[in-house]
Amino acid sequence: MTWWTRLRQFAGEHRSIAVLGGWVLVGALLPVLVLVPPFSTFQEQSLWLGGFANAGVFILLALGLNIVVGLAGLLDLGYAAFFAIGSYAYAFGASSFTGQHIPFWPMLIIGALAAATFGILLGAPTLRLRGDYLAIVTLGFGEIVPAIFLNADSLTRGTNGIGGVAQPELLGLKFDFSNPVPFYVTMVAILAIVMLFIYRLQASRLGRAWMAIREDELAAASSGINTVTTKLLAFALGASTAGLAGVFNASKLGIVTPDQFGFAVSFTVLAMVVLGGMGNVWGVAVGAFVLYEIQSVLLKQLNQFFHGLHVPVLENIDFVQYQFLLYGLALVGMMLLRPEGLFPSRRRQQELHAASEEIADVPPPTSAVAGE
Amino acid sequence: MTAAASPHPEPELILRAERVTKRFGGLVAVKEVDLEIPRGSIVSLIGPNGAGKTTFFNVIVGILDPTSGHVRIGGRRLIGRPVRGWVEPVIWVLPAVIIGLLTGLAWVATANAEIAGFGAALTVFALAAMFLAAIIRPSWYLRLLHSAGVFRSAKPNEMVDAGIGRTFQNIRLFANMTARENVLVGMHSKLHSNAFDALFSTPRARNEEVRATERASELLALVGLRGRDDVVARNLPYGDQRRLEVARALASDPSLLLLDEPTAGMNPQETLNMMELIRKLRSELGVSILLIEHDMRLVMGVSDRITVLDHGDLIAEGTPEEIRRNPKVIEAYLGKPPE
Amino acid sequence: MRTDRTRALRTVAIVAGLLVVSFVILGVQQFQNFLTLGAIYALVALGYTMVYGIIELINFAHGDVFMVGAFVSMWIMTVPLGLADRPINDPIQLTVVLLAVVIGTMVVMGLIGVIIERFAYRPLRHAPRLAPLITAIGVSFILQNIIQAIFSSSPIAVPQIFPRVKLDLLGGSIGVLNIFMVLVALLLMVALQLFVGRTRLGRAMRATAQDREAAELMGVDINQTIAITFFIAAALAGSAGVIQGLYFGSIQFNLGFFAGLFAFTAAVLGGIGNTTGAAVGGFIIAFIAVLAAQLGYSRWSEVAIFTVLILVLVFRPSGLLGQALGERA
Repeated sequence: MTWWTRLRQFAGEHRSIAVLGGWVLVGALLPVLVLVPPFSTFQEQSLWLGGFANAGVFILLALGLNIVVGLAGLLDLGYAAFFAIGSYAYAFGASSFTGQHIPFWPMLIIGALAAATFGILLGAPTLRLRGDYLAIVTLGFGEIVPAIFLNADSLTRGTNGIGGVAQPELLGLKFDFSNPVPFYVTMVAILAIVMLFIYRLQASRLGRAWMAIREDELAAASSGINTVTTKLLAFALGASTAGLAGVFNASKLGIVTPDQFGFAVSFTVLAMVVLGGMGNVWGVAVGAFVLYEIQSVLLKQLNQFFHGLHVPVLENIDFVQYQFLLYGLALVGMMLLRPEGLFPSRRRQQELHAASEEIADVPPPTSAVAGE
Repeated sequence: MTAAASPHPEPELILRAERVTKRFGGLVAVKEVDLEIPRGSIVSLIGPNGAGKTTFFNVIVGILDPTSGHVRIGGRRLIGRPVRGWVEPVIWVLPAVIIGLLTGLAWVATANAEIAGFGAALTVFALAAMFLAAIIRPSWYLRLLHSAGVFRSAKPNEMVDAGIGRTFQNIRLFANMTARENVLVGMHSKLHSNAFDALFSTPRARNEEVRATERASELLALVGLRGRDDVVARNLPYGDQRRLEVARALASDPSLLLLDEPTAGMNPQETLNMMELIRKLRSELGVSILLIEHDMRLVMGVSDRITVLDHGDLIAEGTPEEIRRNPKVIEAYLGKPPE
Repeated sequence: MRTDRTRALRTVAIVAGLLVVSFVILGVQQFQNFLTLGAIYALVALGYTMVYGIIELINFAHGDVFMVGAFVSMWIMTVPLGLADRPINDPIQLTVVLLAVVIGTMVVMGLIGVIIERFAYRPLRHAPRLAPLITAIGVSFILQNIIQAIFSSSPIAVPQIFPRVKLDLLGGSIGVLNIFMVLVALLLMVALQLFVGRTRLGRAMRATAQDREAAELMGVDINQTIAITFFIAAALAGSAGVIQGLYFGSIQFNLGFFAGLFAFTAAVLGGIGNTTGAAVGGFIIAFIAVLAAQLGYSRWSEVAIFTVLILVLVFRPSGLLGQALGERA
């Protein structure tokens, strides 16, 4: 057995250690890695770390959406709504605007719970809808929620948003904008815990129920699964992760405005999940990280690089502006060539390339979406 | 589950369908069909293609609402036409209406905007809560409906709770999950660990998983798939897939197993094996069985009683011997003899 | 059994009824907006409903096809035709120009629709449902960004070549432009009904929508039929784009997002897969949108329309003109 296989076996049997250890490793390595060229030439370490903390927000969002889309097979196009709920919850709970000062750490839980509640509320109408319709309805909610925040001027200050959002404080250390390290460490810790939770869910009775619903909803119901509560749990748990991300993001930026939660965000997170490899937890995390770094660092570097070279056409393209074009092309390309994503789980790969291997006639699922 | 009033006087009938009728627009697929399954017996439902057997099946398991008639499981009416269905929407809005009216009165009496605002919020909350209850159907809500005399047919997963397991005519396994995982899903209703247990890896969750995995292996061995626990369902040969479906259905510990054409596409040897398995299920597990089948040797070989449908009508019922000699049955299958 | 002519007349009758009702409620000024939006949404909704009817896919990119149509029409007017932002008063010249713009746009958009289907959707026809949905979203972004790259992110002006002649009517005035556009839209819708109902290709489309395998066995060329469906859908969306440009005077790359969602709601409201329903739904949605916009807050019309969508999908998924389904679970 190769060391890699042995490592995977160990990880399978001692999941907690594997996940937590993995994140400790990643968390310790990244700050060192960016001190090395070429990374050190792009930007200095503190900017990198701040960027990593922001990337972490998206990784968290991608992990949460992965529960809904990858595990349970429910295509949610309005995921940013839950991100918004978390952010505004924190803004209401800890800003100069409302005068409240609930500390960050309990607010994480409160924000997650608020988002989970809305996950149930917004998920409930979609329960009997097939995949396409479910997607559109969630898209609708993804638009309505920020629109409500935008229009409820008296409560949310409309387009100006809520500023003066408080920063976290731990044992006397007050986080502030000049030092990215506490935010970075906090995010790594959150990610480690969330990922551990997700792995546990995946291997549990609930995780199996999600997979069954995704494979064949009728057979799942006929096997005793209450599809209503199971789907609502998927929405709730997925939304709560977005709520966590929302609270963190609000505290790091210091301000919450409606335009932080447009369709572009929902779409970006979906792209991360799809490109990373739906259903594969680490795959999604890596995919999200890579995409975020491409978007925030690489594209700028490409701009500088090509402008510096004075190559005729390329020098006039603003790569940053056309990132969504690239995302669009990448998504289409992925679906055509490698629908299981960059880091697929074995199961998903099986599913998507099995057409040629059918031994017996197993009919396709009637339910919305086939996924991991 | 909402159920009708008192238990049926003959509890040894595990299933009793009374005058079940199912109409799709102008087409009557099933017309006034009665069926009784005594506990511990094997009953077959036969008839030419298009006779309405699978439709009848789907009514029994809660996938289709009957147009009229009802089905009792263990004496309790679980499937039937909705009764007083109009009450449900009333229950949904009643709390909100009451709170809204009270708020209105308070507003008129005191002109206090805060109270009005609070009351309005409470109204919306009540409405949302009732809608969620209608969707999730927790037990207090079901008891409320029951006491209001509302009856709605049980949903498929509620039928599993009542002790019904089923297989499908066209195999519907979870193709990309292993045999063990398929059986574990079948066990879903008998397991109790919830999201909390999963997240915090409680001892209850872990112990339950261990025991469940053991039981899954036992069930797989029972149906003849010993040792194949880790094989992905889509990679199993056809005959084994059918067995796996049976194992999955057995995982919920049913008292009645509904098998929809379990030997479709099988060769004679496999059919014999399935016959053995069906007999074993009754003798070793005490499971009652309702069988839809076309293979006459199987039907005649295992059934205690046979019901024959043709074009939605029940044309005969009796022991295999009686059915074999029944002229109406022969006519249905072979056509009228030349005059 | 309804004949196709009865069907076509029924559509016109329902729409005419709606026109009267909205005229009374909205008042003359808003009525113009209602007419135009109704025509636009109806035409785009037809595309959604036809595509869904035949391959059971919600073409997310369809709203952006409409947007591209608006840009194409603008380009046709400004580049090959070299029109300035001045009304053309000579009726014959105006007719010729309009014909050129409309037909040109429809043909170009039809071809684009076929290309999209061929390269982005056809390879995924047998993949799990998630794949073409995601691809459609990808195509949507690609279209938006291409237009942004070629033209600009800011709003672009469309030459206002239609003379601003008004008819005085019941206390207000209605532009002849409005009447013209609605007539064009109605004409196209009727033509579509006749095509789908009477011609061989139309029959092939209906057969494929009902049962693809059976149609194939009967000798219908599925790929060609689907391609034709996409051509027509995109062409209709293109014509809606012409109307958009001529009436509102300016177009922008993000036009398609909400217009597409509104039109989709219209298609669902009318009964997905039902072309008459899409037409009727388009005008109903336009009515709601104009009414909601009148009532105040920004984006309230979006909230209203989405609420309609959710209510329809939850309580009557088959839409107004569809058949209620019998199953529970």
